[in-house]
Amino acid sequence: MRHIISLLMENEAGALSRVAGLFSARGYNIESLTVAPTEDATLSRMTIVTSGSDAIIEQITKQLNKLIDVVSVMDLSEGEHIERELMLVKLRAEGEAREELKRLTDIFRGRILDVSDYTYTIELTGSRVKLDSFIDAIGRDLILETVRTGASGIGRGNRILRL
Amino acid sequence: MEMTGAEITIRCLQEEGVEYLFGYPGGAVLHIYDAIFQQDKVKHILVRHEQAAVHAADGYARSSDKVGVALVTSGPGLTNAVTGIATAYLDSIPMVVISGQVPTFAIGEDAFQEVDAVGITRPCVKHNFLVKDVKDIASTIKKAFYLAKSGRPGPVLVDIPKDVSSHKTEFVYPASVNIRSYHPQGRGDSAQIRHAAQMLLEAKRPMIYAGGGVVLSDSSAQLTDLVRLLGFPCTNTLMGLGGYPANDKQFVGMLGMHGTYEANMAMQHCDVLVAIGARFDDRVIGNVEHFAQVPRKIIHIDIDPSSIAKRVKVDVPIVGDLKLVLTELLEVLRASRQKPDAVEMAAWWKQVDEWRVTGGGLRYKNSSEIIKPQFVIETLHKLTGGDAFVTSDVGQHQMWAAQYYKFNHPRRWINSGGLGTMGFGLPAAMGVQLRHPGETVACVTGEGSIQMNIQELSTCKQYHLPIKVLSLNNCYLGMVRQWQEFFHGNRFSESYMDALPDFVKLAEAYGHIGMRIDKPSDVEPAMKEAFSRKNDLVFMDFRTDPTENVFPMVPGGKGLSEVVLSEDL
Repeated sequence: MRHIISLLMENEAGALSRVAGLFSARGYNIESLTVAPTEDATLSRMTIVTSGSDAIIEQITKQLNKLIDVVSVMDLSEGEHIERELMLVKLRAEGEAREELKRLTDIFRGRILDVSDYTYTIELTGSRVKLDSFIDAIGRDLILETVRTGASGIGRGNRILRL
Repeated sequence: MEMTGAEITIRCLQEEGVEYLFGYPGGAVLHIYDAIFQQDKVKHILVRHEQAAVHAADGYARSSDKVGVALVTSGPGLTNAVTGIATAYLDSIPMVVISGQVPTFAIGEDAFQEVDAVGITRPCVKHNFLVKDVKDIASTIKKAFYLAKSGRPGPVLVDIPKDVSSHKTEFVYPASVNIRSYHPQGRGDSAQIRHAAQMLLEAKRPMIYAGGGVVLSDSSAQLTDLVRLLGFPCTNTLMGLGGYPANDKQFVGMLGMHGTYEANMAMQHCDVLVAIGARFDDRVIGNVEHFAQVPRKIIHIDIDPSSIAKRVKVDVPIVGDLKLVLTELLEVLRASRQKPDAVEMAAWWKQVDEWRVTGGGLRYKNSSEIIKPQFVIETLHKLTGGDAFVTSDVGQHQMWAAQYYKFNHPRRWINSGGLGTMGFGLPAAMGVQLRHPGETVACVTGEGSIQMNIQELSTCKQYHLPIKVLSLNNCYLGMVRQWQEFFHGNRFSESYMDALPDFVKLAEAYGHIGMRIDKPSDVEPAMKEAFSRKNDLVFMDFRTDPTENVFPMVPGGKGLSEVVLSEDL
């Protein structure tokens, strides 16, 4: 099953490689991993999307907690949470298709960030499913380039991950 | 007063009460060696290979309750040390390894003797640090010792670039450490402990399975009290030997791949299993699919949450320091009016005793013609009264030592259990002997393993370490040969040791005493003579039966009940 794990860790050189190394050394899956400093510059917040049986997910959270640089860990998928991913996608946009692509972008609440004679560059935010649906709706033939950040997540309401 | 980074490094070791520093100099650590030269509190032991420095620090730590410390140079010094670090990591040994690094301005330029020490060691340390500023040396070393020793112990690496060790700053050694992301558990959860106590009191076929954690946490006394209070059978893992006295009637021997029949059968048929500082390793419980044949409840006590429910499902997890958890568990049990059911216990012991008979105990067919390796270990046990420190290498001799040397005290059995590092025994024995001068230290090895770090005979000479080396020389990599005999159609691929040196002459060349023993009748007299030489290292080259195999044996991938007891005896 897919899980989205959020963690706070020391914003130090090498901390990211400890997490990445743990996943490769123990054979765990990483679907995506995002990391950036928080409002407290000494801490980084990481979101990892992974999958595995309940036993494996339990081991992943325990092993992450065991890393000395990791301050706290939360499996967001254990409760209500919000998950967002940013995608930048460059499309071939020529002739009549331009209008249709603009409409599709509006339907998905995307924004066109850059326009050239032959291309649109679109920004789209949402769940993984929404971004996938947009790609399907556009059709792969028109897509020139895709950049996705991977999911970032946060718990709803009182579910707070902090020091 | 301002001090250089190198002086601060050594001063920190003094503050930590470090007696011995095992190491080997090189370019990147020259400043540190200069600081060593100018003091006499921390004694440096010059090994002949960095791997041995780490194993020696490891042996020192295992035989005491102290942190082992090693010092190596950058590049090859560090890579040579990696095997030793991984050995300590797999067995959770508290250790601090200090490595030199190329100067900060040269890092990343593929400088002479540069490797990414922090990167290379990351998967085999509890934690590691690269110190980029001289002001951070003292606090980093303080953290390193704290991390190495607290919680689940393990090796910690501190990588110090050469320029950092030459820069100067004020020396302040922090009085305490606070790492906001690290809070090892102390006491266990009281409700869980009461739950476990109730489960134990109601058990019909209970089993106590104790591992290396008991030794590491110095909880042998609490374990022994628990086992005696409850009257349950107790087994030790390879790492846990000595954690419960082997001569006690409630001890059913070591379990696992080469464990006793009764220990393995009791594991398979118990209804309540309590695992104490043990981790259900594949060499201990065999195939996990075959492990839970009889429905049973498992109580697992361990300092490391990630050891719990890693390989088997656990009903009552208790995370905490073993000594504190066992003490509380004992209090709850003593306060309870309930006692284990005497009738059920008698029936269970009857079953265990039947397995003792069926299994036939540990046995081998002795010979008057050729030396049986087991006989050598039995003789060692007899002559040392079971009180020696015994280090071992890896292979058949290690298993025979574990089976036939009955350890009654913890920290006497020093072996590489997790990583299985050949070449561990002799350097580990150096660390043990330095920590325990005047005590008998025996290194049980084979002609294969001993050659992996035989250069340390030179270190032993330099520091007058009167280790007794017992080499069970069967001219084969015995455990490899055994598996090839059982599972590879007797095709002894590369397991024969040809062109062996004359070990007697070799020992003599290093300035020690060598003995070659060919006849069973010479085993005891030779060993007596060797042990009477209190001040000499004696290398005993026992020419043993090359066809002997280790039994009982649970073949790899099988369940604990699928044991091969022994060849026709």
